[in-house]
Amino acid sequence: MTTRRKFLKQSGMLVVTFCAAGAAGAAGPLAAQVAAGPYPDPDFKKLDSWIVIHENNTATFYVGKTDCGQGTGTAFRQMMADELDIAYDKTTCVMGSTDVTVDQGGSGGSDAIQTDGWPMRRVAAEARRVLLDMAATRFSVPADQLNVRDAVVTAKSDTTKRVTYGELIGGKRFNVALTGNNVDATTGVAKVKTVQEFQIIGTSPQRYDIPAKVDGTMKWATGVKLPGMVHARNVKPPFAGAKLIRIDEASVRFLPGFVRVVSKGNYVAVVFEREEQAIGAVRLLKVDWEKPTTAPFPSSEDLHKYMRSATPTSQGNPAVIGNPDTAFSSAAKVVEAEYDVPFQGHTAIGPAHATADPSNGQMTIYSNDMKSYGMRNGVADFLGMPRDKVRVVWMEGPQGYGRTAADDAGFEAAYIAKEVGRPVRMQWMRGEETAWDTKGPAYTFKMRGALDAQGNLTAFDYNAQAADYNHLGYNEPNTVLIAQLMGTRPARPAAGGADRPSEMYAIPNRRTASAVVSMPLIYETPLRTGNLRDPNGPQVAFASESFIDELAAAAKADPVAFRMKLLTASQTDDAQFKRARSIACVKAAADAFGWDARVSPRPRASGNILTGRGMAYSFRSQTVVAEIAEVEVNRTTGHVWVKRLVCAHDCGLVINPEALKRTIENGMLHSLSRALYEEVQFDTEKVTSVDWLTHPTLTHTDTPAKIDIVIVNGDPNPKRPDLPQYGAGETVCKPLMAAVANAIYDATGVRLRRVPFRDARVLAALKSAAV
Amino acid sequence: MSNVTLKVNGKNHTVDIDPSTPLLYILRNDLELEGPRFGCGLGQCGACTVIIGGVATRSCITPTSSVRSEVTTLEGISQNGRLHPLQQAWIDEQVPACGFCQNGQIMTAKALLDKTPKPTDAQIREGMARTLCRCMTYFRIQAAIKRAAKVGA
Repeated sequence: MTTRRKFLKQSGMLVVTFCAAGAAGAAGPLAAQVAAGPYPDPDFKKLDSWIVIHENNTATFYVGKTDCGQGTGTAFRQMMADELDIAYDKTTCVMGSTDVTVDQGGSGGSDAIQTDGWPMRRVAAEARRVLLDMAATRFSVPADQLNVRDAVVTAKSDTTKRVTYGELIGGKRFNVALTGNNVDATTGVAKVKTVQEFQIIGTSPQRYDIPAKVDGTMKWATGVKLPGMVHARNVKPPFAGAKLIRIDEASVRFLPGFVRVVSKGNYVAVVFEREEQAIGAVRLLKVDWEKPTTAPFPSSEDLHKYMRSATPTSQGNPAVIGNPDTAFSSAAKVVEAEYDVPFQGHTAIGPAHATADPSNGQMTIYSNDMKSYGMRNGVADFLGMPRDKVRVVWMEGPQGYGRTAADDAGFEAAYIAKEVGRPVRMQWMRGEETAWDTKGPAYTFKMRGALDAQGNLTAFDYNAQAADYNHLGYNEPNTVLIAQLMGTRPARPAAGGADRPSEMYAIPNRRTASAVVSMPLIYETPLRTGNLRDPNGPQVAFASESFIDELAAAAKADPVAFRMKLLTASQTDDAQFKRARSIACVKAAADAFGWDARVSPRPRASGNILTGRGMAYSFRSQTVVAEIAEVEVNRTTGHVWVKRLVCAHDCGLVINPEALKRTIENGMLHSLSRALYEEVQFDTEKVTSVDWLTHPTLTHTDTPAKIDIVIVNGDPNPKRPDLPQYGAGETVCKPLMAAVANAIYDATGVRLRRVPFRDARVLAALKSAAV
Repeated sequence: MSNVTLKVNGKNHTVDIDPSTPLLYILRNDLELEGPRFGCGLGQCGACTVIIGGVATRSCITPTSSVRSEVTTLEGISQNGRLHPLQQAWIDEQVPACGFCQNGQIMTAKALLDKTPKPTDAQIREGMARTLCRCMTYFRIQAAIKRAAKVGA
């Protein structure tokens, strides 16, 4: 099969000696030297940048996205194959390498299908149109008198007039210009298909990346080996905010394989010929550090107390609807509660890593960075290199669900490679990753709700504070850790954000306020916040959907009925019918679970195991999710087992139902892990969560016995011709922690207002409530 | 440095290494076997799992000098180009998300089924308990193990 690289090379567009991406997006054979470049960006306004038709009547799609392990590559192929009218298995997809695929930003924000799917569909439709025009010319029949199926065009009037896409253009360029002010707006003149015309979208071909992931043949970023490559490891400050005083290079210079100690500011790394040599040298290198004079942060025990008393770094004006003060003063009952969520780590199963090749004055970085284009730009700025002399080859890696948006290791590998003039493989160690990776922001919440005599929620006062100051950007050359340790500072720290509830409840009076607070240490800190799988949603939904449950209990109402009443109290819908779709999801989840309407908590059962069920619901962008957890709480140990999960999910048009189901299952279990176990712990000097014992995660023993998923897609507008595709992934992470808390309350009558619900915390709460 | 001979996936290899080096680095860097992966270097997560003498072993904390029996890696469990039933079950169930930990999941499951061909749900949970997945594919992993056990892995 002709690769696009070879194809472009033959056509004189690019002259390179390196094959970045093979048929399935895996890296091809690595050449000894990378050509000098330049490596210009593929032009999104050229059809040839997106699609190549090969002589054997197959197609390769080039998309500027990365796959975080949820099968988006398979979905892209389905969408483009369907629009192009070619069989799915006659296509391949190449993703996310900066000089091979157009810049669609990599991954993030669950927007791959929702946003980037559109230009992909449009360019594939345009390619189909162009091919049909060519066939029309060949057969001297109008294009609308042609049929096309599986990349074979026939004349309707005479089926002996038959030509394949490969025969029409195989191995040649389209030379067709596209339009659009930006990559998301890329379009030709062809129209995309309607839902009724789809043949591949909505089916579930198996993910193409999975066989290589189970037979050991996958080429991972972590496995890149280059001639002359050396191994680097970081030497991190032992205390947050420590200042480097002195390095005794002689302490490691005598070791076998020594190459270099690289250091600038507070950044230190050792470089050795072999990996185990570098790992050993980290322990032996003598470095004198000076502790900071003030504590970089409070201890994790005191975190929320500190956050509640801290002066906000930013505070938006509260959003006010109606007159909350009046409603509270005339309330029959006022409910108040505070909730806390700690910092939680990304803690990818494999730590940060990248390999950089500095040969011939260029810099190539082999990386699993989800935002490979951002890394290319960031590294170019960081190293002072022209952008077109830097490229990032995206490869598969361990997912951290937001961790690689600020990909420290790529910057470090490139910096060291430039220093030593040899290819460098950088990898973090486990303790380093768990302590220093980016964190989901900690939150503290204070809420009040007013109920009237009939149990109607008349006012809701929401206050959130997020420890999110200097939230990390995307591969910025002045915010990645190596830059901060070297003393680089942005003009001002990022403001960060504190989010507000995502629900469609009609509450007549509301006051919604949120503020950001800062830890004392802003830079060079292991408590740096980043985008952890919906950066704020799980925290906010934990608090707001727990509180809705508390209000339902105070109103002596069934939690589902209470929510339905709030959703149906208004008749106003937005253009995407989010309110109506919320109603559909809550109802679908309750139906699938077999929800028995009653007030929580259930009457206290006897015996050691208490069972209960809880619901929570939320949305992200236009994707709506309602989830129900059924729990068993062990009275003696405090252990919580979520034995069953139900999710009703509406993300509009579904591309691959089976892949979507797995994304939903895994996303719910990720939030279950955050609900039950995950918390970054630290003292007033350093993070003390450094491994899987000190930052535990969900295990096989916690797996629910049953998971039911209902794909709702309830679109209430019969006049609507099409269902757009919405982002499916992160929404499922939002309501789960609240669903579990609500289920524990139902089972025990004990309300847990702080995540995570580890055994000891649950047991203490049960004991203090005499359960 | 000294010469160490290892039998891996049916072949003998002699490598000139520091024999105290954990087996994982020798497999990955000297024998170019990338099935086993670095996850923690502490024996806590299982991403590096290989099978030595029938026992699922964490190669990241196993000194190469201590290896006395043949080592089997993920690359070595298919036979005559035919996937191991567990690998096939992994595909049929569409188990992996990112897939980085799945080496450990499959190799741990293989050692489990070799010893207990028809495990109960509880035996699967217990047998797999210390093999971590951060994409949280546990539900499908357990389904795949049951599927493989049915066809006789």
